[in-house]
Amino acid sequence: MSTLDDKPKEVSDSGGFAILFFIVGLVASLVVGWVVFPKLLYSQKKQPFDFNHQLHNELVDDGCQSCHFFREDGSYAGVPKLEQCSGCHEEVQGETEDEAVFVNEYVANNREVPWLIYSRQPDCVFFSHAAHVKAGQMDCKTCHGDIGTSTTLKVYEENRITGYSRDIWGKNIAGFKKNTWDRMKMDDCSECHVKLGVNQTSVQTQKGACFVCHK
Amino acid sequence: MKIDRRSFLSLGVGAGAGIALSPLPWKLTDDSSIWTQMWPWTPVPRDGAVNYVNTASTICSGGCGLSVRKIDDRAVKVEGLKGYPGSNGNACIHCMAGIQMLYSPNAVKSPMKRTGKRGEGKWQPISWDEAISETAKKLGELRESGKASTLACILNSDYGTIPALFKQFLNAFGSPNFMRTPSYQDAYEMTLALMHQTDSMAVFDAENADFVLSFGSGIIDGWGSSVRMFKANSSWKEKNVKLVQIEPRLSNTAAKSDQWLPVNPGTELILALGIAHVIITESLYNKDFVEKYAEGFEDWTDNEGNKQKGFKNFVLEGYSPSYAARVTGIEANTIVKLAKDFAGASAPLALCGRGQGTTPGSIHEFMAVHALNALVGNINKKGGIWAMPKPDYIKWEQAKLDDTAREGLKVPRADGAGTEKFPHAKYLLTRLPEVINSAKESPIQALFVSGANPAYTLPDTKAVAKAFASIPFIVSFTSHMDETAEMADIILPNHGHFERYEDIPAPPGYNKPVVGLARPVISPQHNTRHVGDTLIAIAGKLGGTIAESFPWKSYEECLEKTMGENWTSIQESGVITNPDYEAPGWDTAFETSSKKFAFIPGNHNPGNNSLQIPVIEGNDNYRLTLIPYDSMRLAAGPVGNTPFVTKTVSEKVLKGNDICIEINPKTAEKYGLKQGQYAILTTPKGKAKVKTELSPGIMPDIIAMPRGLGHTGIDEYLAGKGININELIGPVEDPASGLDAAWGIKADLVKA
Repeated sequence: MSTLDDKPKEVSDSGGFAILFFIVGLVASLVVGWVVFPKLLYSQKKQPFDFNHQLHNELVDDGCQSCHFFREDGSYAGVPKLEQCSGCHEEVQGETEDEAVFVNEYVANNREVPWLIYSRQPDCVFFSHAAHVKAGQMDCKTCHGDIGTSTTLKVYEENRITGYSRDIWGKNIAGFKKNTWDRMKMDDCSECHVKLGVNQTSVQTQKGACFVCHK
Repeated sequence: MKIDRRSFLSLGVGAGAGIALSPLPWKLTDDSSIWTQMWPWTPVPRDGAVNYVNTASTICSGGCGLSVRKIDDRAVKVEGLKGYPGSNGNACIHCMAGIQMLYSPNAVKSPMKRTGKRGEGKWQPISWDEAISETAKKLGELRESGKASTLACILNSDYGTIPALFKQFLNAFGSPNFMRTPSYQDAYEMTLALMHQTDSMAVFDAENADFVLSFGSGIIDGWGSSVRMFKANSSWKEKNVKLVQIEPRLSNTAAKSDQWLPVNPGTELILALGIAHVIITESLYNKDFVEKYAEGFEDWTDNEGNKQKGFKNFVLEGYSPSYAARVTGIEANTIVKLAKDFAGASAPLALCGRGQGTTPGSIHEFMAVHALNALVGNINKKGGIWAMPKPDYIKWEQAKLDDTAREGLKVPRADGAGTEKFPHAKYLLTRLPEVINSAKESPIQALFVSGANPAYTLPDTKAVAKAFASIPFIVSFTSHMDETAEMADIILPNHGHFERYEDIPAPPGYNKPVVGLARPVISPQHNTRHVGDTLIAIAGKLGGTIAESFPWKSYEECLEKTMGENWTSIQESGVITNPDYEAPGWDTAFETSSKKFAFIPGNHNPGNNSLQIPVIEGNDNYRLTLIPYDSMRLAAGPVGNTPFVTKTVSEKVLKGNDICIEINPKTAEKYGLKQGQYAILTTPKGKAKVKTELSPGIMPDIIAMPRGLGHTGIDEYLAGKGININELIGPVEDPASGLDAAWGIKADLVKA
């Protein structure tokens, strides 16, 4: 028995294993990266109660702006306050459980609804709805999608690290998007800004480039 | 086949490749960068609708008109209210930082009852019903035992509906003991009562003066209406109006003045008379005023045939510039030139009240300075000092009195004001601690304190604490746990300064009638109640004529009815004022029997006695003299500094928790002290560890200490910072008026 004879055999044996192990490692980490990681990264949160955009949209005259309006000073009001809703919802309407929750827990106690905002952005950015919707003539859908026709509110997925909604990065964990409203990251803003040649200076800072949006 | 090291390496490489091909590293990098840029614990202001509420400040008497910026229901920024008389678009540092007071975690959150010993800090929250019942029960017992006159109220003002409600309460209850915290206004009011025989306020047409002679008034250190005085000072710079600042320390005002005259502290009275001497000798006085509209200038014979010395001879015989120079330390030539410049100006204005004017001072000093204004005829004139009637818009029916009340009101005031000894004084709060401490049983058996913090602001803190300890029942209406509240038995917390209605009349020194309106900017954050409503509720509980004296359901109703037809306009504009107001002319301004200005009031003739500067406490064993000083950056009144404002205090004033004492380098060298050293400061009243701050801006052998530090209460951000100068200084009773005339105290400073 010679040691010289044995060695190549061993090498070839472990070489097969090495490939197998490589594949196992590769597959396992791909599963972790693509499947497990997103599940771990985002916690699932429910809105205080469900809301039917479509139903409300049919009842109002002015589309999205009926509830999501611009204030007199030009600033954007965002999610409606309780005061706006309680005009119609002083009493329970319809038979849904959500309606009962809204009226009994919030309207009756004069408590603002702690909505989880899918499009909430970090505070380091200045964003003007007026500049985009009024001056830029963009529609709501370009960024927010078909929310106006939704009948139910989806689960709010909160990033455990940043605290922001999954909708900012986009549902696709790789960051790919099909529609303009799939993501709301800086790249998505700048994509449009570059395409349209937006290079004006910020009203607040009098500076261009980064400072158009960043404070 | 064998699993070996290589297999594991392969597994690792595979895993690495897999991870790199997954979004995990890129997503984690992105998320962690967001996390580090936007720390989740950094507060992000909530978005909402911007709106403004206009109000007036109740933080201090300074009279800032404010516009509070709100996001939805949250107040976020305080700005000056344009058009508000005096402050007009600007606000002082304390008002601007007032948001911190509003949302302070240390606000009193509900009525509280003391459970431990006094000052131990043990409290039990109780309901409003319990708190009011218990207060009314104690007060009821006092009346039943014939001690109605032993109830006292201490407030920081006696103008406006809140002080009026307390006065109404005391009258109906049967006590004469309403007390206002001391200030230079006491001395000015008394000066006008003596020399004009009017019950009026001293106000100043500062913007139109063309020569300002300030006897230590901190024009830009918070004297009078602070913001208004800052603006007046700026306008003087633009118009080349000369400001001469007379004080022993290079204050901010002195530093910004045209001429700083470091005077031996306490001798300002002699300097004023020395200046008068030059004006009279050189015949520079306003002959029209002095001869036609004034009395007591020349010698006269009184009704009983006695010869009385007039102001002219009194000054000429006793106060030559050389004498004044010897006493004051200011050269005679300088005094002569100053007098000529002052008298030569077309609208010269002499002011007094040291620093922020929190100590009244010697009445003779005020009268001497006022006599300077009289000599140059700048009384009730453009650019001069005016005697303006006090606000008179409160026209309620008088309190209804029962027998107990009538009996109680006959008892003389506990502080001695208005008695035979001090007939001209209205309030002598600084005398009260000594009166209580020397009595067998305290003449004050129950005390209400609202808007004031006497346990901190009155001189000789120890004596005040001792006096308070012998008052069986103390009620505080504070919204913050101040030093007085710490000694109280019950706290009935008032709404915060941006949570309530209140009328704010008469900003100090402002020469037009003004009533500002403080109004709720936000709804009350805690279980507090408006002090007016609380008082009405206590009165209701006591019943009888006391309840009948309060015909209002709520304070708001009381305020609305008091304002009458002005209620709508004051709500719209936030203020009622009369910009066209002019002081009455010389022929109708004075209420003396001859209708003339009295240089020497008949009942106040010093005769042949020369006027003495008030003698401060301490013997010659003390090598130095300690004087207090004021700064805009330190709130020295009932309200303490907010953390934002304390951040602006220089390290030359407060280093860490150590208070810095200004000392002249020469004095420091003489006594072997170096810059930034710990030293022990001793006065006849107490001892404190301080740090030395060498400054050529303080006269040799004088040391200066800031007011406004050394709180034990208010909040944990302020408590324990520095020393309260009132622990080291005591009141000095002005023999002529009873007012506190302390301008300093003898002291010693040795290396620790």
